[in-house]
Amino acid sequence: MPRLLGVDIPGDKRIEASLPYIYGLGPSNSKKILEQANIDPNIRAKDLSPEQLNAIIVAINANKIPIEGDLRREVQGNLKRLQAINCYRGIRHRRGLPVRGQRTGTNARTRKGPRKTVGVQRNKDAKAGKV
Amino acid sequence: MARSLKKGPFVEWKLLDKIDRINDSGTKKPIKTWSRRSTITPDFVGHTFNVHNGKTFIPVFVTENMVGHKLGEFSPTRIFKKHGSHTAKVTK
Repeated sequence: MPRLLGVDIPGDKRIEASLPYIYGLGPSNSKKILEQANIDPNIRAKDLSPEQLNAIIVAINANKIPIEGDLRREVQGNLKRLQAINCYRGIRHRRGLPVRGQRTGTNARTRKGPRKTVGVQRNKDAKAGKV
Repeated sequence: MARSLKKGPFVEWKLLDKIDRINDSGTKKPIKTWSRRSTITPDFVGHTFNVHNGKTFIPVFVTENMVGHKLGEFSPTRIFKKHGSHTAKVTK
């Protein structure tokens, strides 16, 4: 279980498959980095020498790929901006509804989460169903 | 597909005229507009626009990080209605 860039601990898979465990790296970035670092994508992550791990880090930095904390912060910043300026997309993010114009009458469960049954609320004392 | 960079952002020319006139007069009056499709450019910053939403005009004060959005994005056309709000009159 080698450690890469602080917290990340990819398993004993092929290095090409274990790099995507880092937040911000996918299959295509993984391939590109290994090519630049001159590492065989088929060797296991645990068999990498410290020099090779270093080469991977150098390649990631050289490509200016934002990863982990930095990337998360960037995404958060984008959401914050949209919500602060009160535009349509920001409002949809705030409400937890689809942002890109999808239908919400049915589906949209990824954004809305599990179904909640709402009963008729006649007055405030009447116990409704699960809200 | 994104708009060609060659043309630059789309802004209704009537709206640009209005901004010029307001700038010349030096007063800070809200600009009434129906042009929801106009992109906000840096010369919009600091002005207030009353943007039509199909029924009423919503005041939008333009700040710097709104640049690049369209005016219509800030003037919602639909009222969000929830269940259980029948008792208290639905407020807009």
